[in-house]
Amino acid sequence: MARITLDHIRHAYGANPVADSDYALREVHHEWNDGGAYALLGPSGCGKTTLLNIISGLLQPSHGRILFDGNDVTEVSTQGRNIAQVFQFPVIYDTMTVYDNLAFPLRNRKVPEAEVDKRVRDMLGIIDLADWADRKARGLTADQKQKISLGRGLVRNDVNAILFDEPLTVIDPHMKWVLRSQLKRIHKQFGFTMVYVTHDQTEALTFADKVVVMYEGEIVQIGTPAELFEKPSHTFVGYFIGSPGMNVLPAQLNERSVVVGSQRMDLNVPPQTKPGDRIELGIRPEFIHLGREGMPVKISRIEDIGRRRIVRAEFEGKPLAIVADENTEIPAEARVSFDPAGINIYANSWRVGGEA
Amino acid sequence: MEKTYNNKAWFFVLPVLLLVLFSAAIPLMTVVNYSVQDTFGNNEFFWAGTGWFTEILNSDRFWAALQRNLLFSVIILALEIPLGIFIALNMPKKGLGVPVCLVLMALPLLIPWNVVGTIWQVFGRVDIGLLGRTLAILGIDYNYVRDPIDAWVTVIVMDVWHWTSLVVLLCYAGLVSIPDAYYQAAKIDGASRWSVFRFIQLPKMKRVLLIAVLLRFMDSFMIYTEPFVVTGGGPGNSTTFLSIDLVKMAVGQFDLGPAAAMSIIYFLIILLMSWIFYTVMTSSDKDA
Repeated sequence: MARITLDHIRHAYGANPVADSDYALREVHHEWNDGGAYALLGPSGCGKTTLLNIISGLLQPSHGRILFDGNDVTEVSTQGRNIAQVFQFPVIYDTMTVYDNLAFPLRNRKVPEAEVDKRVRDMLGIIDLADWADRKARGLTADQKQKISLGRGLVRNDVNAILFDEPLTVIDPHMKWVLRSQLKRIHKQFGFTMVYVTHDQTEALTFADKVVVMYEGEIVQIGTPAELFEKPSHTFVGYFIGSPGMNVLPAQLNERSVVVGSQRMDLNVPPQTKPGDRIELGIRPEFIHLGREGMPVKISRIEDIGRRRIVRAEFEGKPLAIVADENTEIPAEARVSFDPAGINIYANSWRVGGEA
Repeated sequence: MEKTYNNKAWFFVLPVLLLVLFSAAIPLMTVVNYSVQDTFGNNEFFWAGTGWFTEILNSDRFWAALQRNLLFSVIILALEIPLGIFIALNMPKKGLGVPVCLVLMALPLLIPWNVVGTIWQVFGRVDIGLLGRTLAILGIDYNYVRDPIDAWVTVIVMDVWHWTSLVVLLCYAGLVSIPDAYYQAAKIDGASRWSVFRFIQLPKMKRVLLIAVLLRFMDSFMIYTEPFVVTGGGPGNSTTFLSIDLVKMAVGQFDLGPAAAMSIIYFLIILLMSWIFYTVMTSSDKDA
């Protein structure tokens, strides 16, 4: 178990990176606390897997250092780092039995056979494959194979960290839920540092204490699920977290107020911006009130999603999503007001301030 | 659409049936025909029953050739399979090296068999051959025309040179189909180089290895051209393998009956051995 520090890590797959766009990881400078459960969230191709492989030592970063508890391990091999990693697609040794698959990482580390047996039996119980122990791992279902992959990572309970690279992609929804809660339980029990890569926000938000959002090779925000929701520090986070995502409207700042089209809203604290910055106003659909008072909108479509309704409207020529209760009456001449607590101001896509 | 039920579809398979008939079935039956008859020429045939088969199975000459051939097959399999796996494991997986290696590997396979024989026949000659002359200068007594051991070494090295590439290419195809995640997982699990080979690479190569072993066994058991060109089966009978012996009997001595009987025995041996190889190597699949 260890605190993991990423010291100005940059990585490019090509030989001679020049521009920022040549880097799969532009620059990551971050510390993972010992025993934390982190989710690494971001769209495909944003550098999540690259970052994970750098932590586990499968990849050498082009620049920067990695420290475990303050010791530089940048040059240390994967094996020397004592890290467990579970991959997106199941990897099993199909000439071995299920039991031997789970015992493999322990036996490679010369763990005494009695201890191996105890831990493997425990793990077989956790992943619910006890009845399959003596079967060849070949010919199992994708679920079972991935459970073996998970088990091979979890069976080593002395690891510095466990990294999960979208491990539940191939698992069907019901099983996903079961496995996720088991992972959480195991995390509480053993307390190792866990990093969980996913592009599924529900998975990230339910699993982790802290969510790290990546976008185009950079970490754009680290925070609790609530922080990500209420104060997205980048318009991408606003768009990516939440369903539907945050409304982002082009705006102008004018002294203590923000102007969108012909509408003006007052701000308590004026944000710090430079002239020439591209200013945007972000507001989540949940913070918009629909009624007879406020600014005029033109409603184009209403989607009923059960207990709530999503109203698609046009506001100052821009599309606007509004979340309304199923009981809310939607007038023909609809007007909206923005909850001041939900207003975020962005300069060049980064959050510079807001009402609250 | 209404389905048509009649037997006209048979016409589609007729050409291939005819082809197989003329290229395999009819010649084979001719051989069977010869094997049970005796002739003194003039197209006169007399019934000989199983006489020729008994004669062949009781002849020392046949058993000696069979032994030589089995020994040859065992040696070249023992050399070519491990060597082929070893080379395949060390071939580059990406970059400019891949096409270069593949072309180099494919070259020996593209050379006609009698040309391979000729190359080695000249290569090993003590008076003008690069190999033979060099060894002579180094003071090594090497002469494949006189010494049976030297003749064997030459024929075996020639076969290894000619056919190891086939094993390499087959194994390489098996290796490149292994996803990177397997190697990464093995690193995470702390697997040794040997474990990676034993539990990841070898299982993935198993199917292609089966094909490689079968092909190399059948080919080496039927080998004719190359040793015939290099040694002509000599010195003495030391490199006279089954097919060389067979041709000597059929063409050289015109003993059609015994030659036909031997052909059939030969054919059955290859069939039996291939079946045994196949059964043994696929048996472990069934317990899954």
